[in-house]
Amino acid sequence: MLRAGCGAALGAGLRRGIGAGRRFSSGPVSGAKPGRRGWASAWQVGLKQTPLHDFHQQHGGKMVPFAGWSMPVQYTYSHLESHMHTRQHCSLFDVSHMLQTKVFGRDRVKFMESLVVGDIAELKPDQGTLSLFTNEKGGIIDDLIVTSTSEQHLYVVSNAGCSDKDLALMQTRAQELRAAGNDVHLEVWENALLALQGPSAVRVLQAGVSDDLAKLPFMSSAVMDVFGVPGCRVTRCGYTGEDGVEISLPAGRVVELAERLLDDPDVWLAGLAARDSLRLEAGLCLYGNDIDETTTPVEASLVWTLGKRRRAAMDFPGAAIIVPQIKEKPKCKRVGLMSTGPPIRQHTRILDLEGRTVGTVTSGCPSPCLQKNIAMGYIKSEHSKVDTVLTVEVRKKNYSALVSKMPFVPTRYYTIK
Amino acid sequence: MALRAVRALGANWAPLPALPALRRPRATPPSLRARSLGTSALLLAARKYTDKHEWISVENGIGTVGISNFAQEALGDVVYCSLPEVGTKLNKQDEFGALESVKAASELYSPLTGEVTEINTALADNPGLVNKSCYKDGWLIKMTVDSPSELDELMSEDAYEKYIKSIED
Repeated sequence: MLRAGCGAALGAGLRRGIGAGRRFSSGPVSGAKPGRRGWASAWQVGLKQTPLHDFHQQHGGKMVPFAGWSMPVQYTYSHLESHMHTRQHCSLFDVSHMLQTKVFGRDRVKFMESLVVGDIAELKPDQGTLSLFTNEKGGIIDDLIVTSTSEQHLYVVSNAGCSDKDLALMQTRAQELRAAGNDVHLEVWENALLALQGPSAVRVLQAGVSDDLAKLPFMSSAVMDVFGVPGCRVTRCGYTGEDGVEISLPAGRVVELAERLLDDPDVWLAGLAARDSLRLEAGLCLYGNDIDETTTPVEASLVWTLGKRRRAAMDFPGAAIIVPQIKEKPKCKRVGLMSTGPPIRQHTRILDLEGRTVGTVTSGCPSPCLQKNIAMGYIKSEHSKVDTVLTVEVRKKNYSALVSKMPFVPTRYYTIK
Repeated sequence: MALRAVRALGANWAPLPALPALRRPRATPPSLRARSLGTSALLLAARKYTDKHEWISVENGIGTVGISNFAQEALGDVVYCSLPEVGTKLNKQDEFGALESVKAASELYSPLTGEVTEINTALADNPGLVNKSCYKDGWLIKMTVDSPSELDELMSEDAYEKYIKSIED
């Protein structure tokens, strides 16, 4: 089975953009400012705006449509500058477009486990994990972070581009469980969400919180006052491979907090462009490109997300297809690729040395850190060993590519030994 | 080059009538005033532009091709240049290569019909020249001009400035 080419690129979610203005304000994006060049953002009516929309424009953000939202792709610094600054100092991202949900009730863990592949019951208080919503065919509906808070609810963050289907999925299941006498209900959390990522992110944040952040390891979460904004949920996670946090806070205070964080000269704003090149260097999947409803967690090289207990119990959607693949090996696998020459991008054909098609690229870009091209793609399992030499076809010419380990750039998550 | 966002907005631009080579444009932009132009059409080295933001400057029958400042700004940092081989025959509007930024690739389209005589090998090690010096050190290819009348179909500096303004609004 070869991947025929996978889900849509960044613009896919635009179709979902015209919807019930569920979060923040919705409405026409303000018109193009004089002198703003080349970005088509202002023409789409009905794009949702985060509470930082005007703030982005005031700070020189170039707004583009993304998953139904008007989001900054970059600011006044170049993409490369922004990317490297995140690795050397820290960057502030607006990720308020993502869906934040709280799950309450005595049966919230049972509810969550009925939808995801992970061992949610085993999460310690305030511990989170990356997990996957799967369907009956074993495909991935979305990837998400579930945190078992010490405040009697699960905190779930999932992709903006999947928010309609994720909410429908969760609401339907919650209703079914309630009808069967279970105690579970959802609340969409209408908060803003900021990501502060990079080696100096925590130093910057520590100046504004009284909790000792050295005691907050990767994938743990806590509620604290941040620079005078009370009740912020701070989670030590992110999408760049660097140490850092995501901060969930009331929409009415996010501009104030963003400005306060920017007071530290080490902090620069960063947009979707840098977000994408950073996550690719870190080997992290982009839903819609690298994983979608046609890829199983095993094909996607995400076996680690399958809980040990869940594999044995086979009690998650698609388990009958997914679990056997662990032993029997899937026909194709997601791998990393590196090359020199022209960058390899989504939909690039991958060939073996005899010229036979063996796969397709799902994400790719030139790596600012490595100064080589990096990519992810699915290839036939027999060619998926690290250091296998393959060929990629770019603009009708062939170039050499090497199967590579991921992450491409070492990650620097903060763990406590 | 294929600046997709730009193209979507500028698709309905109608070509202005070509200015005869010897007549100065009425409102000479400051950038042109500083330059000394040969008045003979044969020696004309002033840039002409395509609606895809390439420029060509012809001197002694050889055209030098590059991308405009508007294009390099919209593209961002160029990290790789895909250029054709010397000897490649191009028809006007043929795709002849691409410029890659971190985020995307932009195809390049030939402004005229001709044969590639030289490519800028400095770009292999220094693709950023396209951003830093798009009209000089960041030139892309040189080519013969098989149909000089095709030059008349391209935009003058003035017309191109107007074209850019119409896209931005």
